[in-house]
Amino acid sequence: MVRILRNTKSAAVNPLKSSQPLGAAFAFLGVDGAMPLFHGSQGCTSFALVLFVRHFKEAIPLQTTAMDEVNTILGGADHLEEAILNLKIRTKPKLIGVCTTALVETRGEDCASDIANVKLKHVEELAGTEVVLANTPDFDGAIEDGWAKAVAAMIEGITRSGARTRQPKKIAILPGCNLTVADVEHLRDMVESFGLKPIILPDVSGSLDGTVPDRWVTTTYGGTSVEEIRELGTAAQCIVIGEHMRHPAKMLHGLTGVPYVVLQSLTGLKAVDRFVSVLSAVSGAAVPTRVRRRRAQLQDALLDGHFHFGGKKIAIAAEPDQLYQLATFFAGMGSKIAAAVTTTDMSKILEKVPAEWVQIGDLGDLEALAAGADLLVTHSHGRQASQRLGIPLMRVGFPIFDRLGSQHKLTILYQGTRDLIFEVANIFQANQHAPTPEALDSFRKREMPDELRSSPLTRH
Amino acid sequence: MTPLSAKIQDVFDEPACDKNRSKDAKARKEGCSKPLTPGAAAGGCAFDGAKIVLQPITDVAHLVHAPLACEGNSWDNRGAASSGPTLWRTSFTTDLTELDVVMGQGERKLFKAIRQIKETYAPPAIFVYSTCVTALIGDDIDAVCRRAAEKFGLAVVPINAPGLAGSKNLGNKLAAEALLDHVIGMVEPDDAGPYDINILGEFNLSGEFWLVKPLLDRLGIRVRACIPGDARYIDVASAHRARAAMMVCSSALINLARKMEERWDIPFFEGSFYGITDTSEALRKLAELLVRKGADAEILDRTDTLIAEQEAIAWKKLEAYRRRLQGKRVLLNTGGVKSWSVVHALMEIGMEIVGTSVKKSTVEDKERIKRILKDENHVFEQMAARDLYAMLSEGKADIMLSGGRTQFIALKAKTPWLDINQERQHPYAGYDGMVELVRQIDLAIHNPIWGQVREPAPWDCQPAVKDDLASTKNGTGTVNALDEFAGATAQRLGER
Repeated sequence: MVRILRNTKSAAVNPLKSSQPLGAAFAFLGVDGAMPLFHGSQGCTSFALVLFVRHFKEAIPLQTTAMDEVNTILGGADHLEEAILNLKIRTKPKLIGVCTTALVETRGEDCASDIANVKLKHVEELAGTEVVLANTPDFDGAIEDGWAKAVAAMIEGITRSGARTRQPKKIAILPGCNLTVADVEHLRDMVESFGLKPIILPDVSGSLDGTVPDRWVTTTYGGTSVEEIRELGTAAQCIVIGEHMRHPAKMLHGLTGVPYVVLQSLTGLKAVDRFVSVLSAVSGAAVPTRVRRRRAQLQDALLDGHFHFGGKKIAIAAEPDQLYQLATFFAGMGSKIAAAVTTTDMSKILEKVPAEWVQIGDLGDLEALAAGADLLVTHSHGRQASQRLGIPLMRVGFPIFDRLGSQHKLTILYQGTRDLIFEVANIFQANQHAPTPEALDSFRKREMPDELRSSPLTRH
Repeated sequence: MTPLSAKIQDVFDEPACDKNRSKDAKARKEGCSKPLTPGAAAGGCAFDGAKIVLQPITDVAHLVHAPLACEGNSWDNRGAASSGPTLWRTSFTTDLTELDVVMGQGERKLFKAIRQIKETYAPPAIFVYSTCVTALIGDDIDAVCRRAAEKFGLAVVPINAPGLAGSKNLGNKLAAEALLDHVIGMVEPDDAGPYDINILGEFNLSGEFWLVKPLLDRLGIRVRACIPGDARYIDVASAHRARAAMMVCSSALINLARKMEERWDIPFFEGSFYGITDTSEALRKLAELLVRKGADAEILDRTDTLIAEQEAIAWKKLEAYRRRLQGKRVLLNTGGVKSWSVVHALMEIGMEIVGTSVKKSTVEDKERIKRILKDENHVFEQMAARDLYAMLSEGKADIMLSGGRTQFIALKAKTPWLDINQERQHPYAGYDGMVELVRQIDLAIHNPIWGQVREPAPWDCQPAVKDDLASTKNGTGTVNALDEFAGATAQRLGER
């Protein structure tokens, strides 16, 4: 049984998490023609925007209601209305995704009714643009929660409710935020190889995959279309990837009756086997030769790679589902999870993390707990800890701002697991310490405590 | 007879070699050079063998006189460790081109190469290796080395072991001859003492000799030269003033040990640092030889005390693994079991030896194997890859210990494998090394990937589930059916 150690510190030291509205905006960015809108002060948006840009190296559409002192006191509805109308006129988005921030939530704004009023008041002006709301105060949750809330908001606000005629080959997929662009692309290929038609929500592979469009676009270009979200109820099956996406799937099921199955991770041989079995069962099709080949390649990678993993101590800091994804991956290779740090204790997945305990905390906790580990696994901000501890860092999750191409790194299915094995094994090989006489001298090792005890006082 | 073929004849008639001694006069005359079977030969050439033996001498520039392949395809490929100089890992070759060969520019190029190295790196010595092509075109590396040594005032040592001369083992011995002819005895040490020893044939792979050296330090025994592991040129050049020697890897440098005994009266014994009892035995014998050569006899008691203390620590550490490894079956597939004491230690913690090859073992070795294994069927001369694969596939062993060459037979048969040859990553010598070996065996056997790779793909073995699912696909019951199905799949795979 995993023990969840609550955070007892007052000051977060080197934060691990990014805020909840950022997660919501991230999900909206996976929709075609979308414009995420932070309802808060300018800074909320600007910080999130900068972090997105540093991570994706892309122009990111993200707007703000720019709350100031006066409307913080008198109410932000006017600013929200103005922002929505301005965005509609200037960028003609198909979707405006409103993410609340701590500022307006603390004030206690009734944003839902504000938005309903705006829609009612401007029916004609807003024709062709959906406006949805995700309540995502910064003081609660982190990226995963924001992401899931945004997806739930889209399903609730856009998807046509009621039982629909099911299209037997149509599959709705709700991926967690820990999937990269490459992951989503690969996931689609895999599903299509079974003759199925996947609707992926959100689909960051269409919008954040780093292409160069032939014109200047102010909204997202590419991703799930609003029309596809509207027709999600005609899917024969919904597949959920990551525990944090269970809630949106439940909502879809409640609205339309589409059945869902939750797969907590798609990394590791057995997890992928399970997914492939589901696809095979849903489609009634045999597993394609190409997929079998990939499986065999992964088997070989497991054999070749395990020498580098056995007995290694791994320290991971990540959001709950990604922590689970990576911890099970490492444990499955024979490594020991020496330290597991995550952002929130709200996720049920934490109980399944293959570690003795999971610390709710920050990168300061990781640094304190990771001494003696062989590898740090977290986002780019782990680099200082890595340097101070002299332990190599494997960059995962968000943000990764000091390496290019993180979105094109595959981490799921047979191929992604194979790539992860190689990446980790290569980090270990690149950081091998040459043996030294001192390190191998057992007398020296044994005598160390005595020397330490005597030295400070006896030598004057 | 050319000087090279005379040398080869000489090293093949090795009186100190058990295997050679057990042959009759006629067989002995034929030497060890079994003609290789084209299309079915494996293993390195004489150049490879010579370079393996000499390359770990760390402050020497090793210059290979050859077209690119000999050095270009083989450099920086061994895991010996250095506590200081890194020059030995820098690769030097004359990289002969077609024009050099045709125009007879080899010797000139070699001479210039020596000068370049001397000017750029200023090493205490340069070892020059002849190879097939340069031997064939008749480059006189002895003459070039002699001239260069005079001109540049440093040791330039010709190593005459071209690949076409024979096997890797022969190359080992030719390298030893080169040391005897050109290096050992060249420098007179000013600090020779009664506790000086040589360790011969120890390569310090993964730094493993550093697991042993502290033991010797404790006893006040000084390693005059460890040849070649982590050696400096000057150590080797003054090795003739040691009082005793231990020969670690017998087949490689036996001629070196015997001739040093003949020339400089340095008695030697053959021992091993692999395994607990062998390590103790080696320490004891070193002390005995030193006493025989005039050292104070009190060292014997100190040695016994140290051994008792260290063995106790090691056995205690090993005991922790008994529960996890008891009854696990080990297949040893090395050229010849280098150390019986490894086998002894593995059996001591409850592991079972289910087979071993005796390809390079002597007659006595074979007898010993029979006594330990009881079942003679488990002893094999050499197993064909196909048979080995079949044996492992059938799950007849829990782990195979071998060299890199048979690695993939084990892995493709989905069987844990541990490298106990020269490419290995971990130090296994001495008391701590034995514990490390067992730790690595434990890690390999218990790695969770074995469960994963051995499991067949779930969709290949359960048609029943597919049928079940087909019937629930249209109804609203799908959510439960699928959840149940996926759950069942996951459960069967043991994910939760």
